[in-house]
Amino acid sequence: MLFGFEWDTSGPLVFAVSILPILLVGMWVTIQATVLGFFVALVLGLLWAVLKAAPSRLISWPATVFTEFLRDTPLLVQLFFLYYVLPEFGIILPAFMTGALALGLQYSAYTSEVYRAGLEAIGPDQREAARALNLPAVRTFTHVIIPQAVPRIVPAMGNYLVSIMKDVPVLSVVTVLEMLNVGRIIGDRTFNYLIPLSMVGGLYLIMTLVASAALRLLDTRLPKQGIPLK
Amino acid sequence: MTDTIIRFDKVVKRFGDVTVLNELDFSVQRGEKVSIIGPSGSGKSTVLRILMTLEGIEGGVVSINGEPLWHEGPDLKPASEAHLRKMRAQLGMVFQSFNLFPHMTVLRNITEAPVKVLGLSRAEAQSRANDLLELVGLTDQAAKYPHQLSGGQQQRVGIARALAMRPNILLFDEPTSALDPELVGEVLTVIAKLAEEHDLTMLLVTHEMRFAREISDRVLFFDQGRICEEGTPEELFTAPVQDRTREFLGSILKEA
Repeated sequence: MLFGFEWDTSGPLVFAVSILPILLVGMWVTIQATVLGFFVALVLGLLWAVLKAAPSRLISWPATVFTEFLRDTPLLVQLFFLYYVLPEFGIILPAFMTGALALGLQYSAYTSEVYRAGLEAIGPDQREAARALNLPAVRTFTHVIIPQAVPRIVPAMGNYLVSIMKDVPVLSVVTVLEMLNVGRIIGDRTFNYLIPLSMVGGLYLIMTLVASAALRLLDTRLPKQGIPLK
Repeated sequence: MTDTIIRFDKVVKRFGDVTVLNELDFSVQRGEKVSIIGPSGSGKSTVLRILMTLEGIEGGVVSINGEPLWHEGPDLKPASEAHLRKMRAQLGMVFQSFNLFPHMTVLRNITEAPVKVLGLSRAEAQSRANDLLELVGLTDQAAKYPHQLSGGQQQRVGIARALAMRPNILLFDEPTSALDPELVGEVLTVIAKLAEEHDLTMLLVTHEMRFAREISDRVLFFDQGRICEEGTPEELFTAPVQDRTREFLGSILKEA
């Protein structure tokens, strides 16, 4: 029994049907971790991108070093660090939160590069036109640069969303009951790994296919010239 | 009494080791229409970009209405952004590649800055924009996006957008160079109409010699960061004094 659901090992099909609700609970945790991790990556990535573009090296250099560090060390190392070291400094977060934070941190290093490329793709023409019209810098950023950068950023961000989803099983090592961990526990207790782990793979495939299709749809819907302003 | 609106006083501009403007001196009177011609790399566009505050200067003083553009105060400190913003309000620019905001409708392109910078209400800005669209002959295109227009139409929107800020000085940076030949005429017609009907001071960098001759009060021939020759269109085009001018005009007319 897990999450209040009993499994029935009398036949392969009934076994599969009986553990499906349990796996779906795990899948829901996976989705939550993905969404939260992605959100953290989007917010922190923008922060790093802005800091790295800062005119002062005192700001841009530490930001560059830090994101390089995030990118070049394994997710598992960062996760262990947050999970085992932070409590020594009195910061105790639930395993799920720690895991989502670790995912978001590592991926923020990647998303900051996507932001940077997207912002740089808007050529000097647009900034010069805004300057000639005396538009304030903040207004230029929010109403001229960002709306045009978004369609260039979305496809790459979508790829990272799917990557984060596929990295969620790493959180199982710090006891998060995401889908893979749930499937493994079922295997441990029933001595049948084939069916639960195959189902985890299948459910993962469905999730990534759905996410990719949704992202493609979003991408085709976004006007290439930018978010329209009437 | 002369009424000088633009003055360049020994202005130096360098890009790295290359000196683009070499102690350039010239002035423009209020309401004057001045064309700048010359080979590419002679610093013509740089003059406009310095005026529009898109490029700084390394030496000398640029003044608008007697007030230094890139400096402020009695001791000519480098200008602050606030000073540049104030000075910039007197100028408008029409770009070679239009530089319209592609995600904004034609109307929004023209009203964005008047609303956000001049503080006009949306209704005021729209009524101003509609008048300008009529002036440039695009009354029925207000709701379209730039990519739905031809190059000539886009450049006419560019002109309307610059005029919406009510500048005293309008700068045209090769406004027809990016256009297909059959679209050049419609843009030139609008510029000619502005030159005739408005007391705007106009500075036009162009390769359209016949047009420069028609609308200008004065033509400056630039070569290697200096004014090589200047005069009325009549003087410069029919009886150029300098060999360099003759050579340039000869090569241009051969192309045409």
